[in-house]
Amino acid sequence: MLEIKNLHATVGGKEILKGIDLTIGPGEIHALMGQNGAGKSTLSNVLVGHPAYTVTEGSITFNGKDLLALSPDERSHEGLFLSFQQPVEIPGVSMVNFMRAALNAKRKYQGLEPLDAGSFLKLMRERRKIVELDNKLTSRSVNEGFSGGEKKRNEIFQMAMLEPTMCILDETDSGLDVDALRIVAEGFNKLRTSDTSAIVITHYQRLLDYLKPDYVHVLMGGRIVKTGGPELAIEIEQRGFDWIKESLDI
Amino acid sequence: MKDISQYLELFRTERDLIDAHSVPALNALRDEAAAAFERMGFPSKKVERYRYTDVATAFAPNYGLNLSRLHIPVNPYEAFRCDIPNLSTSVYFVVNDSLYKDALPKATLPKGVIVDSLNALSMLDEVQAVHSPFSIFHSEDSLTALNSMLAQDALLIYIRAGVRAERPIQVVNILRSAVPLMVNRKVRIVAEAGAEVRLLFCDHAADDQDFLATQVMEVSVGEGAHVELYELEETHARCHRFANLYADVAAGGHLTHATLTLTNGLTRNQTDVCLSGKEASVNLLGCAITDGQQHVDNNTLIDHRAPGCTSRELYKYVVDEQSEGAFAGRILVREQAGQTESQETNANLVCTPEARIWTQPMLEIYADDVQCSHGSTVGQLNDEALFYMRQRGISESEARLLLKQAFASEVLNHITLEPLRDRLHYLIDKRFRGELNHCRTCRLCNKS
Repeated sequence: MLEIKNLHATVGGKEILKGIDLTIGPGEIHALMGQNGAGKSTLSNVLVGHPAYTVTEGSITFNGKDLLALSPDERSHEGLFLSFQQPVEIPGVSMVNFMRAALNAKRKYQGLEPLDAGSFLKLMRERRKIVELDNKLTSRSVNEGFSGGEKKRNEIFQMAMLEPTMCILDETDSGLDVDALRIVAEGFNKLRTSDTSAIVITHYQRLLDYLKPDYVHVLMGGRIVKTGGPELAIEIEQRGFDWIKESLDI
Repeated sequence: MKDISQYLELFRTERDLIDAHSVPALNALRDEAAAAFERMGFPSKKVERYRYTDVATAFAPNYGLNLSRLHIPVNPYEAFRCDIPNLSTSVYFVVNDSLYKDALPKATLPKGVIVDSLNALSMLDEVQAVHSPFSIFHSEDSLTALNSMLAQDALLIYIRAGVRAERPIQVVNILRSAVPLMVNRKVRIVAEAGAEVRLLFCDHAADDQDFLATQVMEVSVGEGAHVELYELEETHARCHRFANLYADVAAGGHLTHATLTLTNGLTRNQTDVCLSGKEASVNLLGCAITDGQQHVDNNTLIDHRAPGCTSRELYKYVVDEQSEGAFAGRILVREQAGQTESQETNANLVCTPEARIWTQPMLEIYADDVQCSHGSTVGQLNDEALFYMRQRGISESEARLLLKQAFASEVLNHITLEPLRDRLHYLIDKRFRGELNHCRTCRLCNKS
């Protein structure tokens, strides 16, 4: 479904990704771990087409399409979703207008008619419940005045609305208390279908306890240096990253 | 001096004609106004308040004037049908600079509310008994003086003490001419003590022609009176508007004034508000959306002359393409104006490298114990917000549009007249989509 080959990318002229190879099949959950600065967020930003990042080498294929040739909004329509590490506040743009614009753009891309106001609001109500997002929040401007936890919940709510097939959760667990983490993770699990794939970027095992990754990758110096099963994450939680460095002689 | 000569010459040679088609109250002002105009000339860019607009160039062409007050054939109801849904207003039409008597609102105004042209003498008597109709006819402003030198009629809106005009009063200014035309409008608004009124002025141009409009509006807000005055301009690239407003707010009175420029050519709005009685308050709001070669200059002065007064000022501009916006707002807190609360904000969104914004918030405080703030920002759309929206599937153009709308709509949120606010949200959305000239209900727009 997603195939990354020899991906090199720079930001501000500095090379961060130095040859990433990663293949993700339908329904698979891949955890991406690594120290700060290893390139985890760079990889997620490159995948969704953030204009500040430049791909200098390599390719990304998504459902048979050349992902790098698509604009950020086309990538979204194709089913790619990034739960932002730091969701942006957009004063003056209401959640309702924002979601309606996003959903109807996707429907247009799929050749469907825009959703009528009644059906749209009904969908908002239904999906909001999955992440226990307060009605008051969806009537406000996008993320404006939301707490850290509410912003993360709002990301999963948007995921619920757009029904992506490839989700990137970039430190969705950061800044969440135990209860909020459970709501967000369980929300994600409820939304998953057998075809939903995900890249989960995290520093901690606790999110992975809920999401149960099929593979765990360790990113160091812009490359994937180690891949294992769920047990690798547990080992990292206990021992940190130094032992991996030592074993690889980095 | 050659710039003003064509106007002085016109005045001197056509003086009899001007007077013959006007009223004594206006004729009495002319000599002094002409002398003031001649003394001041057109303000150059060296004149502080006019530094952002080239006045002489705008007044240089040879415009015609309808000095004999020939009836302009127009049926405003036929020509103009842009209404505000869910807002029941008493609508008056001013064609060029004359109140259109053939199409007055059918519903009668409440007792104590008068809307009429100065030529209706009976009503002048009533108003004049209490208020001098024009105390400001040249002041220190040459365009006000020019307006007083040439204006042949005035619209008077009078609300007697304690009367609440339930239904908003809407005045639609229509510019209509087959040749380049200059019009000189005068408006006098008197809300006596405890009176309440909401007024909406809409500027339109019915013909694709060069227009030059001067307007002088004088507003008296009595003790404890409440006046909301909204001015909406939707003209076109060949229209020049020079509007000077002078308002006085007595003790405990409140004035809200909003200037919304959606489409225009060159516009300069000068708004002077004097808070003359204690605990008077004013809200000045402005929103300008410009592209192409549009030019919008808002120049304000709020003069705190009494203690305990409040002023709030919010002007927002979205300038695109090669257009220009200017804002200069001076707040003067005099020595006797203790316990003043004042807040001035000007925020600007500059969409292209060619668009220009000049911003000049000014605060002068001579009193102790005041709370005042002023500030301005000039910026571009937030790239991170733009990207966030695109990640969710919203196209770049739509995302830009939503962000611009969000920026401009902050001004609208201060408008308490809900149907008007909704309508303005709708118009601003249309404006950003470039669809403003295609409104469904308006035959005028559909024509173009």
